[in-house]
Amino acid sequence: MSLVVDIERRLGEFSLSAAFSAGTGITALFGRSGAGKTSVINMLAGLLRPDRGRVEVNGRVLFDSGSGVDVPVHVRRLACVFQDARLFPHLTVRGNLLYGWRLAPPAERYVDFDQVVQLLGIAPLLQRRPGALSGGEQQRVAIGRALLSSPAALLMDEPLASLDAPRKAEILPYIERLRDEFKLVIVYVSHMLEEVARLADTVVMLHDGAVTGVGSAEDVLGRIDLYAIAGRQEAGALIHTIVEAHADEDGLTMLRFDGGVLQVPRIALPVGAPFRVRIRARDVSIATERPAGISIRNILRARIVELADTVGAFAEIKMAVGHATLVARVTRPSVRELQLATGCEVYALVKSIGIDRDIMETALPAVPARN
Amino acid sequence: MGHEEFQAIALSLKVAACSVLVGTPPALAVALLLARCRFPGKTLIDALVHLPLVVPPVVMGYLLLLCLGRRGALGEWLYDQFGIVLAFRWTGAVLAAMVMSFPLIVRPIRLSIDAIDRRLEDAARTLGAPRYWVFLSVTLPLTLPGIVVGALLGFARSLGEFGATITFAGSISGETRTLSSAIYAFMQMPNGDPAALNLVLVSVALSLLALMVSEYLSRRAQALAHGS
Repeated sequence: MSLVVDIERRLGEFSLSAAFSAGTGITALFGRSGAGKTSVINMLAGLLRPDRGRVEVNGRVLFDSGSGVDVPVHVRRLACVFQDARLFPHLTVRGNLLYGWRLAPPAERYVDFDQVVQLLGIAPLLQRRPGALSGGEQQRVAIGRALLSSPAALLMDEPLASLDAPRKAEILPYIERLRDEFKLVIVYVSHMLEEVARLADTVVMLHDGAVTGVGSAEDVLGRIDLYAIAGRQEAGALIHTIVEAHADEDGLTMLRFDGGVLQVPRIALPVGAPFRVRIRARDVSIATERPAGISIRNILRARIVELADTVGAFAEIKMAVGHATLVARVTRPSVRELQLATGCEVYALVKSIGIDRDIMETALPAVPARN
Repeated sequence: MGHEEFQAIALSLKVAACSVLVGTPPALAVALLLARCRFPGKTLIDALVHLPLVVPPVVMGYLLLLCLGRRGALGEWLYDQFGIVLAFRWTGAVLAAMVMSFPLIVRPIRLSIDAIDRRLEDAARTLGAPRYWVFLSVTLPLTLPGIVVGALLGFARSLGEFGATITFAGSISGETRTLSSAIYAFMQMPNGDPAALNLVLVSVALSLLALMVSEYLSRRAQALAHGS
């Protein structure tokens, strides 16, 4: 499964060009509003025609300005999940779900109705009309509808942006499940760092109509110039961990990664489950010697790999911790006095670790095993 | 009520029903054209469609006679080629009613189409629906409330049509004497008043019924199109 994109388009004064490729899993198109993310999605789906370029999905050319190929929207079958769910108001939830399923050639259907209904937890809603659903429910149905059309790839355009925080937390686990259960190419547009950090395998950073970074989520989100290129986002680092143990009497969970162990408040995941944490630069301090008599629990050995001046009084420092990356934000005098430089061995003091509330409080209903 | 009154009522219902059945499909097409397409001369088409609303019905009837009368340009050709005669036949009454009610059918349909969120159609296309199927499965059902309202307005208008009908189709008893022209005819007759009054009451009752059915159906269609 693959998606290869190289497109250009002028939109009034704005010119947009995007080139990237995506494999199975979630590729996030990340950037602030107006960066051109939605236009890229529309050009992939065929709703907007690029001035020049090429779009290829699973080896099939969908658009090529050179040879004049422009496959119609309905033949491309790149199902979209939009910010507003766009459910058909005159059909029941079941009718909506089956809309694309009925249109897919039987030989190309690879998803099963019951499986999707179960995955998204929408069985109780099937007979209802979209007007009677909450925003979160509507978005789950929209995801199911897109999935059931057996798309060549799934395009998600800010699917959570119009939902409030509890509704977002309700949907996120379902998108994670989708990513893990179906071997699908998913292009996920978002301007929210937390969503991208939690979901993306690959990140394509878009700024003012141009791609400013492509790479794994850890690499791109760990970049210390993230602030400059992605707008009002906070620099930080993404670390892939495994749940190692729970210390129930202390209400803590130990997360292991190859640079050490992190202690976080108890999360509702079984031992051995993968879990991503994002650590903001401003939550990390640096010490040149292992500090004693300190309340901070997460102290990691690190080596400085990059220093960058960012805003005013602060410098952002990128460190390697094992194979993972951490970013710290310290004041310029600190950099001077501690003589911090590339290659220095230091201790990173992590003051807090951002964890989505929903993963702490709720556990997902079990998913039936699939063969 | 006598035989003649019943005949007038039955004829009126038949003419109104035929006028709506024949007029609604082209009204839908014109509404789509006006709501969705941009082309030179659109303003003119728009004005022509609405003409019967503002021109005196007698004028419309006279224009019909000029075009489609036995010696009219189109009427002569229709007769020579197909043996079709419209003027002073019940089919002519249908045509007159249809022309007069056409703008009333077009308008609600057009408003209904304008109110459709076109992004729903984009969504349908990304799910694999070709354009014709998008129209049949999304656009048309969402236009249904407008079609229902338009058809019923058209029916009520056709039921009461007088000026264009009497000019183009006349008031031939049993052939083109509809409710309105029968009332007028009875009023001209000595001792015709009781019969005229009967028909007036029937006419009011029919109109009320049509309005109530319209209200009910449009609520049903709204619920169908927009969920609840």
